[in-house]
Amino acid sequence: MPAISFQSISKSYTSPKGPAGSTFLAVDHVSLDIEEGEFFGLLGPNGAGKTTMISMLAGLTRPSGGSVSVLGSDVQRDYAQARRKLGVVPQELVFDPFFNIREALRIQSGYFGVRNNGLWIDELLESLGLADKAQANMRQLSGGMKRRFLVAQALVHKPPVIVLDEPTAGVDVELRQTLWQFIAKLNQQGHTVLLTTHYLEEAEALCGRIAMLKSGRIVALDHTSELLKAASSNVLRFKVDGHLPPELAAQARVTGRIVQFPAKEAVDIERYLAAVRQAGLLAEDVEIRKADLEDVFLDVMQKHAGSQATSQGAAA
Amino acid sequence: MNGWQTLLYKEILRFWKVAFQTIAGPVLTAMLYLLIFGHALEDHVKVYDQVSYTAFLVPGLAMMSLLQNAFANSSSSLIMSKVMGNLVFILLTPLSYWHWFVAYVGAAVVRGLVVGLGVYAVAAFFTPISFAQPVFIVVFAVLGAAMMGTLGLIAGLWAEKFDQLAAFQNFVVMPMTFLSGVFYSIHSLPAFWQTVSHCNPFFYMIDGLRYGFFGVSDVSPWLSLAVVGGSTLLVFAIGLHLLRIGYKIRS
Repeated sequence: MPAISFQSISKSYTSPKGPAGSTFLAVDHVSLDIEEGEFFGLLGPNGAGKTTMISMLAGLTRPSGGSVSVLGSDVQRDYAQARRKLGVVPQELVFDPFFNIREALRIQSGYFGVRNNGLWIDELLESLGLADKAQANMRQLSGGMKRRFLVAQALVHKPPVIVLDEPTAGVDVELRQTLWQFIAKLNQQGHTVLLTTHYLEEAEALCGRIAMLKSGRIVALDHTSELLKAASSNVLRFKVDGHLPPELAAQARVTGRIVQFPAKEAVDIERYLAAVRQAGLLAEDVEIRKADLEDVFLDVMQKHAGSQATSQGAAA
Repeated sequence: MNGWQTLLYKEILRFWKVAFQTIAGPVLTAMLYLLIFGHALEDHVKVYDQVSYTAFLVPGLAMMSLLQNAFANSSSSLIMSKVMGNLVFILLTPLSYWHWFVAYVGAAVVRGLVVGLGVYAVAAFFTPISFAQPVFIVVFAVLGAAMMGTLGLIAGLWAEKFDQLAAFQNFVVMPMTFLSGVFYSIHSLPAFWQTVSHCNPFFYMIDGLRYGFFGVSDVSPWLSLAVVGGSTLLVFAIGLHLLRIGYKIRS
C-alpha cells in the first residue's frame, strides 16, 4: 500500500484574468504513488501546483476530480484517519500568539486525541533545539525558531507520513542542517517524507525519488540518480565581465557574472570559449563540472516551456 | 481530553489569558451603564411596581453583556485565526464539523455566562435582586449565549477582514441588543416601535431573563422561550451547515 497515492487528481479554479466562466487548472489529472519509507521530492517553479497538491492531500483544498489517500485512507471520505497519519509543515510562518511553545504543542497533540505526550514533546523540543524556549511566547521567537516549532507541531502526533512544504525558505544554513539531520533520522526510522523545495541541492542530497511539476502536470518522475544520469552533458562554467551576444546568451544560464553552458563534447567547450573570445570577452575561473539537479530541472522546464494548463469554460 | 474537548479548552484558555480585556472590561462597562442610568432615572422611571429601576436594569444589562461577549468570542477567535493563518493548525486535525461547532459555541457560552455572572455579582452590591424563576434565568442565559456564539461563528466564517466583522458587530448586533428593552419596557414605546421590537429576537431573550428574575415580563415567558429556542435552532442549523461545507475555510 502506498504511503501517499494521488489518483488522477485535478483542481480547477475560476480564472481571475480570463473571460467569465473560464477555469484555470492548477493540477491537471496527476497520478502519483509514494511508497512507505520514501524521501520524495516534489519540485516545480512557482505556480506549478505543488502547494495545491499538498493542500488536497492535507484536506485544505477539495479536489475537482480524482482521489488522494494516505496509507489507504481517503482524505475526503475517511478524513479523520487520513489526517491522523499525516503531519504537515505549512509553507507560511504562522503561529498562535496566545500560547507558548509547550502549550501549543500540548494543544495540537490533544486535537489528535494523543494524551500524556510530554515525553515525545520533550524529545521534539530537544531535537529541534527549542528546549530552552519551551515557555517562550510564539511572538518572541525568531523566524528560524518559528519554523522549527512548525516542524515540531507537525510531528507532535507521531504521524507516519510527513509533508514539508518549503520548510527551509528563509532559514539560515545552520538551522537547515539541524532540520535536515532530524528529518533524515525520522526517514531512516521509517517515516515517509514528501518535500517541496526551491533549494534543489537539498532535494538532490535528500530525496530518493523526485517528481517535477509544470503547469499542474508531472513532466519528470524518476529516482534522483536516474534523473542525474539522464542529464547527458557536463557543464562549462566561467565568469565574464560584460554581456554575452544574444545568440550565445540564449543557450546559457547566466547568474550575475557566472555563465554556464551544457557541454556534451569537448568540441562544445572549445566552441563556447571561442565564441566568448570573439565577442571580446575574457572567460575567467573556467571549470567543467558534472550536471546537477538544477541543470536537470532547468532542462526539463525548458523542454516543457510551451505547456499550457488553462482551459476556457472547462467544467470543474 | 479528546479532540473537541481540547479545542474547547483552547478556546476558553484564549479568552481567559486576556481576562482583563474579555471579562473585566465588559463588566466595568455594564456597571457604568448601571450607575449612570440608575442614578439619572431611578426617581423618574418605574417599569414594574414592585421593582426599582436600578434592579430592573440589571437583568437587561447582564443579558446584553452576555450576548455581546458570546458573539465576540467566537467571531474574534475565528477572524484572528483566519487573518493570522493559524486556523490551518485546526484544519489539519481530524476534528469534525460537529467538534468545531461544540468547541467554538461552547467557549462562547462559557465567556458569555462568566461576563453575565460578573455583571450580576457586581450589580448585587448596588441593588438587591430577586430570583423568581431560577430555571428561566439559566435557560435564557444559556440559549442566548449559544445563539450569539453561533452567530459569532457564522460572522467569523463569513468575514475576511476585521472591518467586516466590526460592521456586523456595530450595525447588527449592537443596535439589536440596545433596542431590545435593556433600558426600558417596550410598553413605554409608541405602537409602531412596539411592533418593531416584537420582531427582534433579542427582546425575547431579555424579557425572558427578566421574567426569571422578577416573575413579571412584557410578553409571556413561554412565547419568549419559543422565539429564542426557534431562533437558536435556526442559527445552529446555519452554523453547522457552513462548517460542514467548509465555508471560506476549505477551498
